[in-house]
Amino acid sequence: MTTISIRKYASENGALAGLLVLALALAISNPAFLTAQNLVNVGVQAAAIAILAFGMTFVVVAGGIDLSVGSIAALAAMVGALTAGPVGLVVGALCGLVNGAMISYGKLPPFIATLAMLSVARGLTLVVSEGQPHNTDELVTFLGSNLAPMLPLPLLLMLAFFGITGLILTRTNLGRRMYAIGGNEEAAKLSGIDVRRQKLWIYALSGLFAAAAGLVLAGRLGSAGPQAAAGYELDAIAAVVIGGASLSGGVGRATGTLVGALVLAVLRNGLNLLQVHPFWQQVVIGVVIALAALLDSLRRR
Amino acid sequence: MNTHRNTTLLTARGITKHFGATKALDGVDLDINAGEVHVLLGENGAGKSTLVKVLAGIHGHDSGTIEGRTSLAVIHQELALVPELSVAENLFLNRLPRRFGFVDRAEMRRRAPELLNRVGLDVDPDAKVRDLGIAQQQMIEIARALDKDAGVLILDEPTAVLTDTETDRLLRIMAQLRDNGVGLTFITHHLDEIQRIADRVTVLRDGRSVGVLGPRATTQHMIELMVGRPIDEQYPRERQRAGQPLLRISGLTKNGVFSDIDIEVHAGEVVGIAGLVGAGRTEVARAAFGVDDYDSGTVEVDGKPLRRHDVQAAIKAGLGLVPEDRKGQGLVLTATVGQNLELVTLENRDAKRLHDIAGKLRVKGRVDQPVKELSGGNQQKVVIGKWLLADPKVLILDEPTRGVDVGAKVEIYELVNRMTAQGRAVLLVSSDLPEVIGMSDRVVVMAHGRVAGELPRGATQDQVMALAVQEISA
Repeated sequence: MTTISIRKYASENGALAGLLVLALALAISNPAFLTAQNLVNVGVQAAAIAILAFGMTFVVVAGGIDLSVGSIAALAAMVGALTAGPVGLVVGALCGLVNGAMISYGKLPPFIATLAMLSVARGLTLVVSEGQPHNTDELVTFLGSNLAPMLPLPLLLMLAFFGITGLILTRTNLGRRMYAIGGNEEAAKLSGIDVRRQKLWIYALSGLFAAAAGLVLAGRLGSAGPQAAAGYELDAIAAVVIGGASLSGGVGRATGTLVGALVLAVLRNGLNLLQVHPFWQQVVIGVVIALAALLDSLRRR
Repeated sequence: MNTHRNTTLLTARGITKHFGATKALDGVDLDINAGEVHVLLGENGAGKSTLVKVLAGIHGHDSGTIEGRTSLAVIHQELALVPELSVAENLFLNRLPRRFGFVDRAEMRRRAPELLNRVGLDVDPDAKVRDLGIAQQQMIEIARALDKDAGVLILDEPTAVLTDTETDRLLRIMAQLRDNGVGLTFITHHLDEIQRIADRVTVLRDGRSVGVLGPRATTQHMIELMVGRPIDEQYPRERQRAGQPLLRISGLTKNGVFSDIDIEVHAGEVVGIAGLVGAGRTEVARAAFGVDDYDSGTVEVDGKPLRRHDVQAAIKAGLGLVPEDRKGQGLVLTATVGQNLELVTLENRDAKRLHDIAGKLRVKGRVDQPVKELSGGNQQKVVIGKWLLADPKVLILDEPTRGVDVGAKVEIYELVNRMTAQGRAVLLVSSDLPEVIGMSDRVVVMAHGRVAGELPRGATQDQVMALAVQEISA
């Protein structure tokens, strides 16, 4: 193999190697880790963050950032609980469209526009819920249930969204344009790509995925809470970055993001099994994120 | 004559450098003498910039020796200035004069003019670097290097972004420095500059030094050494009979930028736009293509008027633009060659045509190779190729050969020939006078945002310059 292809292989599978090493270490140190039930649990725990992170992948590949996904997930779940699940999806997509409009037509930096939405969507969640949790309807509860023993729907939904994300990124014009816009927005514009309209769709997709994640999360708990998914946007960004995407845009893949989300879930699960104090868990997770980014930057040199 | 010559300031012997499996430098020898301008010549990818970076200690080297790089300063292709800081702050960056632990602005302002004088630059030391032109920024870098009392000054393609007058000034300053005993190493693609200033020329090809020439070497000789094969003609324009008008720009005006621009390009024709930097050439090209808005006038492609400020409409009508800034505006550097080629034609992708075009372009590299690994010339061919795939009626080329080596230049000219032979029209914006004269069937000269005149083919450089520098009464 030439140097280029070795480097390529490593940069595309570094996160996967990390995940395997992590799993191996846990399997050796605690026999409870490698049981089927525990692995399924890890998958369920990863699901909401993974779906959020898939939506985030579109945005990050296109050179942006979406800080509002956690709040949108909560708002969509709450609206879904008060009315019906599909309405929640529509609300999520609409929030994303507003983000997109502020960014492409209002020319706001994505950080600012979605920071504003983070606050607005969370506020609206509190307003419509009057600060109370609300039970989800049958449809939404079904999203969080098990189809059969050892076959939880959140896990399947995560895989379905993974497939959809991969398809959008690699097989659609919208996906190819995300890479072009994130790689060089000016070149994309001069190649006739309607950058502003694409951004509307990209942020709308992120909003839609966030809403789906919110419904899955609420379905699992059987209830939508006003403070649900708070801070999840940071986990989603972490998953995308661990997966090898570049925050400067133009780089990122669905498999990377899936692996990134699994790394976070495996880590949390493992730290629980090893009975690490929750305060210390946060420290460890932060260190892992920094290490992942550091390895990535070393590889690129 | 000066007395400094023959003191060798820097000696490099047998420099070898690998990047992975690629041998970027292969046993290169180089001497830099006091009071001498030593030109490094070679195609893109020949190893010039790598050699400079090794000399400057930015890259390590695998074998070979370097002696005497203590007083070396390098002006890189990418300028290393802080746009938000003032001229004076940039000049003294890293060693700002201090008083009581704080930056001593008075002292900085006192010392700045003296440095600026040495490079003949008349700017306010308090001006922000961001607000200066690229030529002025470059002079600031040189001034900064001079303040460090550099014995050896290496300039990596400083003239690529300069106009002729700016280049003249830079060459004069270089001559002055040489006479003061500085050892200069100068990288350039402009062979005429070599004849004006070089004392010695080292030609690099594929990482190897293939010859050291004296100042009187012929252009032909230099090109053949660089390319490694004989080149028949520098501007191989094959003229076609002009057909119906395909691009008609009439009365195009953007207040304060350009006004009353009339340009017509016919099928099979290459029309050049010459002029000084700042004459409004790029601005007209961008407005015609719909990137920027304008105030009045019309742009027609093949008889159909274009909606203004609408790139999609322009492309649909059959217009294409190869922008002046290859990396900043032309390419998605994070993507592959193939992904860049299909950027304009995502809607109706055609893998067979893509491979077809890639083959015709003779892009050195695979379709799935990251485009950033290609040399400048090959990158430019990719930008042109994405438009060939879109099958435009009219292609606007803005500085298509800037920073492109001689061999790739000729290939780009051949692409222009092929396009006009197929009945397309080409509008060629270029600051390279021999090129714009040699490749165009007519040359429109712009000055101060207006069309100063039009010259038939066979015009001389003097005629073009006379129009370009004229003052137009409004």
